[in-house]
Amino acid sequence: MSGEAAARPAAPEAAGEPPAADDLLAGLLAAAPGAEAGVSAGDDVVRVGPEGLAKLAAAAREAGFEMCSDITAVDYLGKRRVRFELVVNLISLRRNRRLRILVPVPGDDPAAPSLVSVYPGANFLEREVYDMFGIRFEGHPDLTRILMPDDWEGHPLRRDFGVGAVPVQFKEAHQVY
Amino acid sequence: MAETTTAERNEAAAEIWVSGTEAPEVSEWMAASTDEGAQEMGRRETPDRAVEQRGARVVDDWVIDDAVADDERMMVNMGPQHPSTHGVLRLNLELEGEIVRRIKPVIGYLHTGMEKTAETLTFLQGPTNVTRMDYLAPLHNELCYSLAVEKLLGVDIPPRAQAIRVLMTELNRVSSHLVATATNGMDIGALSMMMYGFRERELILAFFEKTTGLRMNHNYIRPGGVAADLPDGWEDDVEEILDRIPKAMEDYEDLLKENSIWKGRTKGIGIITAEECLAYGITGPTLRAAGVDWDLRRSQPYSGIESYDFDVVTGRRGDVYDRYRVRIGEMLQSLRIVRQAAETMPRGDYKTGDRKVSPPPRRRINESMEALIHHFKIYTEGFKVPEGETYTAIESPRGELGCYLVSDGGGRPLRMHTRGPSFSNLQALPIMMADSLVADTIACIASLDPVMGDVDR
Repeated sequence: MSGEAAARPAAPEAAGEPPAADDLLAGLLAAAPGAEAGVSAGDDVVRVGPEGLAKLAAAAREAGFEMCSDITAVDYLGKRRVRFELVVNLISLRRNRRLRILVPVPGDDPAAPSLVSVYPGANFLEREVYDMFGIRFEGHPDLTRILMPDDWEGHPLRRDFGVGAVPVQFKEAHQVY
Repeated sequence: MAETTTAERNEAAAEIWVSGTEAPEVSEWMAASTDEGAQEMGRRETPDRAVEQRGARVVDDWVIDDAVADDERMMVNMGPQHPSTHGVLRLNLELEGEIVRRIKPVIGYLHTGMEKTAETLTFLQGPTNVTRMDYLAPLHNELCYSLAVEKLLGVDIPPRAQAIRVLMTELNRVSSHLVATATNGMDIGALSMMMYGFRERELILAFFEKTTGLRMNHNYIRPGGVAADLPDGWEDDVEEILDRIPKAMEDYEDLLKENSIWKGRTKGIGIITAEECLAYGITGPTLRAAGVDWDLRRSQPYSGIESYDFDVVTGRRGDVYDRYRVRIGEMLQSLRIVRQAAETMPRGDYKTGDRKVSPPPRRRINESMEALIHHFKIYTEGFKVPEGETYTAIESPRGELGCYLVSDGGGRPLRMHTRGPSFSNLQALPIMMADSLVADTIACIASLDPVMGDVDR
């Protein structure tokens, strides 16, 4: 081992500015009309409609949330009035903070703005959500299936998509009876 | 494909990461490179060249110009059954001679719908499922899932269980990095490294087998603690690991560190800058090798890992060589944590005493009616987790491993999503390999250390 393992005792938040908790969130809320801040199991959460998501994400990036670590969705079929909820997890390395954006997306013709232009890493993540839930991301450069085959029918992680009740489909698997 | 050349990105790499900077320009060509509309990468259309010939405009494909050069480009499919793709990674390459012009990962060949399966399993059965995702770091998957469940439950984990978790996951990190280094060596031609890496990994797996019953897919870390206490004589086994692996690592250093062939194949290859890493959500050794001092074990500690001394290893150039150095450094740091955890292992319970969450000891079942009821309830319908949602992340050997868990108050998760670090890290490939040689493809993939079980889940 060599100097590459140099001791780096200072945590990022110790080196940078102190976390300005409420100012930061207030700034984000001002950027996106209709956004509401909350706390869920100790994490900062912002709820916003699909129309405000792009603005909120852009403002979050400006505010120092450099990385979009995860995008996923939940299907609340039969549990909530608005069927889908898009979940965007952002992280700020400098402030050592996380922020979760929750976006309700209606069940008929689900669509949300793509975040690829703000966070390029959203590319694969949004493709996965599209593949699994059928939520379209407007403005995504390459919105194709990513885990399932191209010609798969349906979106497997929707709650009305049964487990194991589906004939296995594979591309170019011609039936030869 | 790339307007940015490798030299320019080398320059950019010298300037380390400024927080809150504007979106990197790379996004445009990355986006432009994947607009075919299918998962596979199609040929780029060669524009017809209309030329003036004797006063008439005709379409001429004989003109020696860019259009013809484009025509020389070859689409090559690599994988999914290729020994150096670490599982079933498939790459569409567009080659111009020996140079990779465009690249697109095509994934999903190992997709087994584990997130869907998780919705049908109780919270106690969950670790059996998630442990099969990243099969080189199964304990990290279990830990991440268990931490998410515990966060919603709000149970306290006894100190011994936490120390066992740290001990086991850090050993798992060493074994995972051993495989990464070994396969990295094999892919570039250092076959001895393959033998060495797997030889030492076997030591750790033997200890895992003794402790958990299985070499892989342990289902050892569960919500509420761990499945069993450490076996008798575990101190000696850990001592042997701590004794033998650093010695073996001296061999690796002799073999690779100053090896001119190794350096020739890895230095300056597959460079990714810190800004690109942040933009594309790339974490773990790849991010640290690019110079970003970020490790969730220190920034957002879990399981009491903040009470141990360790350093975060970083590189500077973000190339294959630095990623290899970061992994070597991290192995030594993990062994440091393991030594401290073994020396300060507290006494006490290895799982929580909350009987609503953790099953009672076997002997109590014969004595206590309540214990029998708890046992029965936990193993049939599972324990109930309060309604809520949480995102919990830990530092797996490959980067940020996250678990997004939603409970509707029942015995099974409403939704369990795993943020696989390999999945996001794969997006680094087109950036790393822009205008590089075909042979370097192999080095780049190996240095990313993707585990396809983690990518496809």
